[in-house]
Amino acid sequence: MSAARAAALLLALLLACMRDAAAQPLVADLSSHEISITTGFSGTELLLFGATEGEGDVVVVVRGPAGPATVRRKSRVLGIWINTDSVRFEGVPSFYRVASSRPLDQVGTPGMRQRHQIGVGAVSARPPEGTSPERLAEFRDGLVRAKLREGLWNDVPGQVSFMGPKLFRTTISFPPNVPTGIYNVEVFLVKDGREIGAQTAPMRVKKTGIGARIYDFAHRHAAAHGLAAVLIALAAGWAASAAFRRS
Amino acid sequence: MQIYLPVAELSANWLLLLGLGGGVGLLSGLFGVGGGFLMTPLLIFIGVPPAIAVGSEAAQIVGASVSGALAHWRRNNVDFRMGFVLLAGGIFGSTIGVQVFALLRKAGQVELIIALAYVVILGAIGSLMLAESVRAMRRQRLTGTTRRGKLHQHTWLHGLPLKMRFPKSKLYISALLPFVVGAFVGLLAALMGVGGGFIMVPAMIYLLGMPTSVVVGTSLFQIVFVTANVTFLQAWQNQTVDMVLAVLLLVGGVVGAQFGARLGQKLRGEQLRGLMALLVLGVALKLAFDLVATPQDAFSLGGGRAH
Repeated sequence: MSAARAAALLLALLLACMRDAAAQPLVADLSSHEISITTGFSGTELLLFGATEGEGDVVVVVRGPAGPATVRRKSRVLGIWINTDSVRFEGVPSFYRVASSRPLDQVGTPGMRQRHQIGVGAVSARPPEGTSPERLAEFRDGLVRAKLREGLWNDVPGQVSFMGPKLFRTTISFPPNVPTGIYNVEVFLVKDGREIGAQTAPMRVKKTGIGARIYDFAHRHAAAHGLAAVLIALAAGWAASAAFRRS
Repeated sequence: MQIYLPVAELSANWLLLLGLGGGVGLLSGLFGVGGGFLMTPLLIFIGVPPAIAVGSEAAQIVGASVSGALAHWRRNNVDFRMGFVLLAGGIFGSTIGVQVFALLRKAGQVELIIALAYVVILGAIGSLMLAESVRAMRRQRLTGTTRRGKLHQHTWLHGLPLKMRFPKSKLYISALLPFVVGAFVGLLAALMGVGGGFIMVPAMIYLLGMPTSVVVGTSLFQIVFVTANVTFLQAWQNQTVDMVLAVLLLVGGVVGAQFGARLGQKLRGEQLRGLMALLVLGVALKLAFDLVATPQDAFSLGGGRAH
């Protein structure tokens, strides 16, 4: 995104803030509400910016569409490491980012952080009923580590920086393997352990262009896609070697 | 340099993929095998999910083998009769293989089975080939020439029923034999994302006793159709074929294979087989090490996707 466009957005936002200053303690917006995964997609960054009315800490939580996640544990069987145990969590966000203007443990109360899923320890993941606490803790930690390895969650919060007393901004990075779907971006203003303002902005990650069409075709018309795959492979193989022989 | 692979749902460097295709293509041209047994593990090493690696590699092998199969056909190096029996077995084996693959995927054990299959098969084939080529090299040093013994020995295998004449290969053997070889190779094609040339070629030479002149052409003929069957079924039932990935590997592979084939004509057979054996053993050892070594984290995410 160009600096000029960011500046224009900030200006528009400022004007909006001045109009609603009395009514709203917190206003925030994203530089874009949609991420398009095109053929050349290699990850992207969005700018989140806003203004607060009065002092406080700003926390940003970004969550991707939630769904089930199966965590498997390997153990050694006859000298080989094999998946021997698994727990299926429900309602796990596919993507998670948190950013804050201060270290998370100094913002709000543990209860508030839990409620708003602030920090990877608080991200929702419903285990099956009857899972023992020790087992749950082990597998939940395993889930967090796996998500961190894939770059889909972050445990070190991003920096929300203030420019002057009221304006703040942060960048949210999205890796190339970002899952598609509807995202939820929440911004909280916290003061003295209490949440005094909040704002939610929806965001969408979607595939566009030829990649999206290939994906749809592969999943909706799987048999036709299989047939096409064989024909393309035959044609491409034959054409490539024919071209090579002629040259 | 990044390209988004739509079915794999990840972004990869397309130059790296072309290069991988080219490198493996060079080796496959050199050794006269498809190269799937190298490509699938390499794809997994660079982070492609194993299921996608296996499915897409099958598509790549279809394309990589078709020009070779046509070339051998033109040179009259294909025993079609043998090819069709092998193919019947191959279709049978690969169709079962794709179903097994889907079940293993659901149970979260597909990566283990892929790795185990590689270690066992490649370890065995590699050791046999290495021993054979060392013996051949020694013999050559002793006598100065490579002598060929009897075409094949008679064993209990030749007492099996359903005997069939294969004039092109100058064989009169039970049709069950090539059928079973084809079925086994088809099963491996579905599970491992390989064409199976590295196992079929030795089986045709040592087990069936086919003359070497028709072995490569006939195995390529079988491989084209069996991997086409695997590609279709993996795409249909498991949605694990990424054609962007397959075509990139294919283009690199076809170019690499042409250079490999020219290079291969300048090297001696025993040395080639020895090199190939070392390569096969190397891949097997690396995979075996990964199975035995303590993983960085015993926990992993698998099975159901997050959306």
